Amino acid sequence: MALEKISSVRGTAVHVPGNDLDTDRIIPARYLKCITFDDLAGTHFYDVRFDTEGNPTGHSLDDPRFADSSIMLSGANFGCGSSREHAPQAIYRSGFRAIIAESFAEIFFGNSTTLGMPCVCATRDDIEALAAAIEAAPDTEVTINLESLTASYVDHSFAVTISASARQALTSGRWDPIQELLDNGEAISKLGEALPYV
Amino acid sequence: MGKTLYQKVWAAHTVSTLKDGRTQLFIGTHLIHEVTSPQAFGMIRDLELPVKFPHRTFATVDHIVPTKNQDAPTDSMASKMMEALRQNADDFGITYFDLSSGMQGIVHVVGPEQGITQPGTTIACGDSHTATHGAFGAIAFGIGTTQVRDALATQTIAMESSKVRRINVNGDLRPGVYAKDVILHIIRLLGAKGGIGYAYEYGGSTFDNFSMEERMTVCNMSIEGGARCGYVNPDQKTFAFLKGKPHAPKDEEWEAAVERWQSFASDPDAHYDDVISIEAAKIEPTVTWGVSPDQGIGINESIPDPAHAKSEAETASFKEALDYMQLPGGTPIKGVKIDVAFIGSCTNGRLRDFREAAKYLKGRKVAEGVTALAVPGSQITAVQCEQEGLDKIFEDAGFEWRKAGCSMCLAMNPDKLVGDQLCASSSNRNFKGRQGSSIGRTILMSPVMVCAAAVTGVVADAREVFEVDPDSNFAAA
Ligand code: SF4
Repeated sequence: MALEKISSVRGTAVHVPGNDLDTDRIIPARYLKCITFDDLAGTHFYDVRFDTEGNPTGHSLDDPRFADSSIMLSGANFGCGSSREHAPQAIYRSGFRAIIAESFAEIFFGNSTTLGMPCVCATRDDIEALAAAIEAAPDTEVTINLESLTASYVDHSFAVTISASARQALTSGRWDPIQELLDNGEAISKLGEALPYV
Repeated sequence: MGKTLYQKVWAAHTVSTLKDGRTQLFIGTHLIHEVTSPQAFGMIRDLELPVKFPHRTFATVDHIVPTKNQDAPTDSMASKMMEALRQNADDFGITYFDLSSGMQGIVHVVGPEQGITQPGTTIACGDSHTATHGAFGAIAFGIGTTQVRDALATQTIAMESSKVRRINVNGDLRPGVYAKDVILHIIRLLGAKGGIGYAYEYGGSTFDNFSMEERMTVCNMSIEGGARCGYVNPDQKTFAFLKGKPHAPKDEEWEAAVERWQSFASDPDAHYDDVISIEAAKIEPTVTWGVSPDQGIGINESIPDPAHAKSEAETASFKEALDYMQLPGGTPIKGVKIDVAFIGSCTNGRLRDFREAAKYLKGRKVAEGVTALAVPGSQITAVQCEQEGLDKIFEDAGFEWRKAGCSMCLAMNPDKLVGDQLCASSSNRNFKGRQGSSIGRTILMSPVMVCAAAVTGVVADAREVFEVDPDSNFAAA
């Protein structure tokens, strides 16, 4: 199962402002009623994008200027709350391939990495400057480079961070670990036998 | 130098170091439920992989189960998900605590109740509140669905180890202050993201004196503080709780197990990456006022005024939270009108929670206009409560006594807030829309505080409502 080596993500970006955007915001629980992830596109941030009557709230995610964005910008503690992989799945299946935020909740970060969707951290100032730039020129192309650990647009560039193991997994095409886990089948069986409670 | 329980359990379960540097960690106990597992079974079917250790996965159904008529969901997708779990458990030979078993319930209530949750083990579940099981000295954490696939197919997952923060709470809690207040206080202090990168080890005399249920309440909400797991070192209380439980070691195995369990406890000279200490006596009954679990205050404090926030960013987040909650900054939280009272969830849906709440509710009536729900965390809990007549106390007071499930903790079954209803809730998340209405509002608190709110119709100090002498020598529940 050869996976794509993800060393950079390039695309236009959209700003989803706010801190502590939890997984219930990212995908309301009613959309968890599914037995596959296939139909989650478009459910991302549903209750932020639509009011109780179903009218659009005018959210940036529905702004036609940002319709083709593949990079999401946000604040601190993005993806906190539940472990539902439905959250990164909904974002990914709605066309996003990377997220830049001040920080990420751990489970969300891990789930996203396993989907091959890098989550990189940047400072609030850098994120805000980029948000202002895309607001002024929505077709601004942004490149996240996981080798040089930078995000760049027009003639600007800023540092991004990501855990060493996630970076390694993404750039070497091992972000979905299943094959490597399976390869150690014998060692797993041995350890299982040695654990008295297993 | 000594080691922490976290380090010992991690070492005992390490299969290998993966090429990206992560650990391939053996998951001794894998718990599954209907929401985050069907997709994973789909993935292993696609890959044509078997379940490697089917006897180490345990299933139950909780999130979408209706609490009125458990096995008759009116929603076809809910039936489909329940059926998928049944089928998957059947096809792969997995133990399933189905509705008809008498053992069904919220996965984090069922594990301990069955004695599946044991010290010195690794426990994973596609649910962030898996941290609950840490109360028994297990390293227990939530995982995503792709990791559920990994756990099914290989009994391992790829994971990075965490730092360990020791949180000491010492002394006696004051009367009317509960484990729920302890964890709401800790989260308030350290923030909702304060625990990112950490496992929380809870200790100190307050925890030594806590019952297993109280330890579970605290460990449960570790994730609300950003920590992926939280645990308490195993001790005699842990062992006493497990003794005789269906899946606990039996007879001649018991002594050896206890010895092994004890060996996992953190060494006295263990190194911690961070240590904080809290005085139990200083903790007040704590309630949330905003939309993040760290937006909490003591019941006698005022709702924060955005004008007095520490930074511009804080002003903005206070404003946003208050706007959503429809609460004015700078005014007391006491007296805020509630519409719904909910006692239940994996945080506070156990026998001791209902016992303690019933103690005060007895002879009282739910205020007019308040809908009150009491939902046992498991079928076994329900039976225990009913044997003690607690259900009658709740019903006489005007609560609805329901069947086991997650109920109003999240919006996947018929129990939901309507419109902008405000709920006094013993659950764990006050996120926007969490309880089923995209404009519904939640105030988190202990079960006894929910009772106080239920009978007065407003957010209230249970010690005043139930005339608990704050200086009395009142043993923790
Ligand atoms: S009770 Fe609430 S937090 Fe606990 S497992 Fe159910 S939905 Fe999740």
